[in-house]
Amino acid sequence: MNNEAMLHDATHASHHDHGHEHHEQHFITKYIFSQDHKMIAKQFLITGIIWAVIGALMSVFFRLQLGFPDKSFPIMEKFLGEWAKGGKLNPEFYYALVTMHGTILVFFVLTAGLSGTFSNLLIPLQIGARDMASPFMNMLSYWFFFTASVFMFISLFLETGPASGGWTTYPPLSALKEASMGSGTGMDLWLISMALFVVSSLLGGLNYISTVLNMRTSGMTMTRMPLTIWAFFFTAVLGVLSFPVLLSGFVLLIFDRNFGTSFYLSEIFIGGRALPNVGGSAILYQHLFWFLGHPEVYIIMLPGMGMASEILSNNSRKPIFGYLAMIISLIGITVLAFLVWAHHMFVTGMSPFLGSIFVLLTLLIAVPSAVKVFNWLTTIWKGNLRFTVGMLFALGFVSLFISGGLTGIFLGNSALDIHLHDTYFVVAHFHIVMGVSAFFGMFAGIYHWFPKMFGRFMNNTLGYIHFFITIVGAYLIFWPMHYEGVAGMPRRYYDFSAWQSFNSFQGLNAFISVVTIIVFFAQLLFVVNFFVSIFRGKKVTTQNPWQSPTLEWTTPIHPGHGNWEGPIPTVYRWAYDYKDNGEGGDFIAQNVPLKDGEEAH
Amino acid sequence: MSVFILITLVVIVFGIIYQIAKASEYAAVLNGEEKVKQQTNKLMASLLVAFFLLGMYGIVKCHTALMQHMIPESASVEGVGFDSMFKTTLIVTGIVFVITQTLLFWFVYKYQSRPGTKAAFISHNNKLELIWTTIPAIVMAGLVVIGLKNWITITSPAPKDAQIVEVVGKQFNWLIRYPGKDGVLGKRDFRKISDENNVLGLDWNDKDNKDDIISQNGELHIIVNKPVKLIIGSRDVIHDVGLPHFRLKMDAVPGIATTIWFTPRYTTAEMKVKTNNPDFVYEISCDQMCGKGHYSMRGTVIVETQAEHDAWLAKQQSYWDVNNAPATPAATDTTAVATTTSTK
Repeated sequence: MNNEAMLHDATHASHHDHGHEHHEQHFITKYIFSQDHKMIAKQFLITGIIWAVIGALMSVFFRLQLGFPDKSFPIMEKFLGEWAKGGKLNPEFYYALVTMHGTILVFFVLTAGLSGTFSNLLIPLQIGARDMASPFMNMLSYWFFFTASVFMFISLFLETGPASGGWTTYPPLSALKEASMGSGTGMDLWLISMALFVVSSLLGGLNYISTVLNMRTSGMTMTRMPLTIWAFFFTAVLGVLSFPVLLSGFVLLIFDRNFGTSFYLSEIFIGGRALPNVGGSAILYQHLFWFLGHPEVYIIMLPGMGMASEILSNNSRKPIFGYLAMIISLIGITVLAFLVWAHHMFVTGMSPFLGSIFVLLTLLIAVPSAVKVFNWLTTIWKGNLRFTVGMLFALGFVSLFISGGLTGIFLGNSALDIHLHDTYFVVAHFHIVMGVSAFFGMFAGIYHWFPKMFGRFMNNTLGYIHFFITIVGAYLIFWPMHYEGVAGMPRRYYDFSAWQSFNSFQGLNAFISVVTIIVFFAQLLFVVNFFVSIFRGKKVTTQNPWQSPTLEWTTPIHPGHGNWEGPIPTVYRWAYDYKDNGEGGDFIAQNVPLKDGEEAH
Repeated sequence: MSVFILITLVVIVFGIIYQIAKASEYAAVLNGEEKVKQQTNKLMASLLVAFFLLGMYGIVKCHTALMQHMIPESASVEGVGFDSMFKTTLIVTGIVFVITQTLLFWFVYKYQSRPGTKAAFISHNNKLELIWTTIPAIVMAGLVVIGLKNWITITSPAPKDAQIVEVVGKQFNWLIRYPGKDGVLGKRDFRKISDENNVLGLDWNDKDNKDDIISQNGELHIIVNKPVKLIIGSRDVIHDVGLPHFRLKMDAVPGIATTIWFTPRYTTAEMKVKTNNPDFVYEISCDQMCGKGHYSMRGTVIVETQAEHDAWLAKQQSYWDVNNAPATPAATDTTAVATTTSTK
């Protein structure tokens, strides 16, 4: 449907709604098979939150094992049954937990839950569109994600356990049932679930791209868009170009597992017999996986970057510094994201020359990242800072992005990676930068746009408590892990007590586990705040509670399907006009026409 | 039952916390929202700064507390480059870390909204932006140069006189093969593997195999100050030969032989003195997840003098002899293996 037809249709629809104030949509079309982008966003968000709690709870379980390998926790048996007989985690299930924790957090929470939520919510609202280019595809995108979730969830209850080969599921470990229990039915369900997930991602991504390109309201040129939209746009581009490659990798893995092909398998003796497979390459899978896997990191990071930019600028009452440089650095990151994947594979025995090229390209990506950090710093410089909860999380995002980004410079340099690879240094690095930092971007977004989503505020006091416990906890958990990594302590170990080089960190591991449990409960505090505030939170009484110039705040407090009751506002200026409006206000909304003699930015 | 009680308790506790938090918001309304907003803003700015200061103090504390647990300086000549490069990178990133975090929290304090304050309207500054794009680019270029110099050293072909040892991973231990007197590792074929008498699938048609020694206890014996080249393989899934003390690691991939080489600097005995630990031992860790026993896939490296190594080698029996194999070289098909096993 083109924009005009869409506009016409939607205005018509809103007129229709207007005429029958009491006409209610059916429960199923309003809340379940909804085609309203705002409802789909909430569906993604709530599904994401549920997965996040499950994924985080898993980390609590395996942290108990890592922190206290010689103790038993009968409470775990209540949750995990046979897998934690006598309160002691079974090694096989430890690996399943680690695998599921990674898969769930990376894909279901920080991909679907993050860009699924905010791309859906903000793209139409901020560019001035009634809905997505294809609301139906958008609905399908959620329901494919939901189906993927169901398959993944079922796999948790299998007798042989869910997939347990790590979230990267490298073959041959993931390809051969003999190699580990989780490589049986659990892996089948994992592959089915992930294939559906890729479909969901593509449906969503194509929709976001076409909406941003085609459905902007009149006057909304590309360079007047808020940085959130730019970020979501490039996130979608990354996903659309890289997820198909991942899917092809999965298809080949399915063939190897079920139809006797040898794409990844060669010269293997396992379970007391030599397999017939010859000529495949286990490394091929890693290339296909990381061709998505690395852009995936930016799929997770970019939405947070966009939202942090927006929230920092809004709460500094000051335009984002270097708007154009921010867009160019986003482009730089997007392009480079496709050219650095093999830095995950420096120690696979790949050609050292190829390795050097990837070192160069990887460290190059530090430049646009540095530009972004400096721009954020200068955005708050000389601002008039208002510490809303969203703002705190955006500031925390910047702090964590710096800390986690800098350790990437170590890992991207192959001569350092050869020692640090697959140690706790890596665990610390990616948890800070794409785990916690991305989560901070997401939290910032949730606290900031909650009033738009539900017409109520979240509780501030709880928000502040949540922020401080989380940022202090995150640093306490992950900062010391760098030291373990420099000492060579390998990740994905169930127990270090037999290792002379690593067992002196036992006290530290126990400390980290205790902090993890505290941080976990702080997140539950957020979950409670979120759900209770939907029904009991303080009501939003003004249309634009954050005094933001962007279009989403020109909609009614409770926008219906179609977003604006009258015609869609026309845009006359960029998204960051934080200047005197001549009437005592410190910003001018995008839909306010230029004054006489005023020049557009 | 106890789980239900526990869950109920947790729910009640969260409920109470929420109510208290909500009450504090109502109190804010009663006290005049504007005033409370200003107070909160001030409090948050101070808390963020406190977080920053405590954090910096914590970093120092953490450093002093954990340095005693670190592994000693690089035990390989090639790893010395790692140690110095790590230090350089740490200094560079450390400076950036301190500057940026300080600016972040300093600005937070300095530019907090106070009654009457206003933001400046500054949208960009081309000169400034050019500077902070160029400087990181130059610094990165420097780090790339150092990195590639080390990378080329590590990945260059091993010296011709290097000792050659094969390390093969399997679930869940390391098999180590020495070439024996002829200095040549014979051919092997995964189809000839048998857990009873041919763990690596040595091809007995190849006479080079006859003197090869296989150690199944995961002990890698190498000679101090003599380059050693590891030829790495795997029998089943991907493993990784991790040598933290030597600052090296390399994947063991089924079907593909990978290699690394290095020159040990200190014997195990010297290391015992150096670390003040009479039980010191170099460890080989598996660094690529390989299944449920991944965490227990431990090997050790014994670095010894040439004389000690020769004495050790003289005591080793070749794998052929250990297995008391049948006289005919063709006796490697499955039936022959079965007979060998039954005769044993």
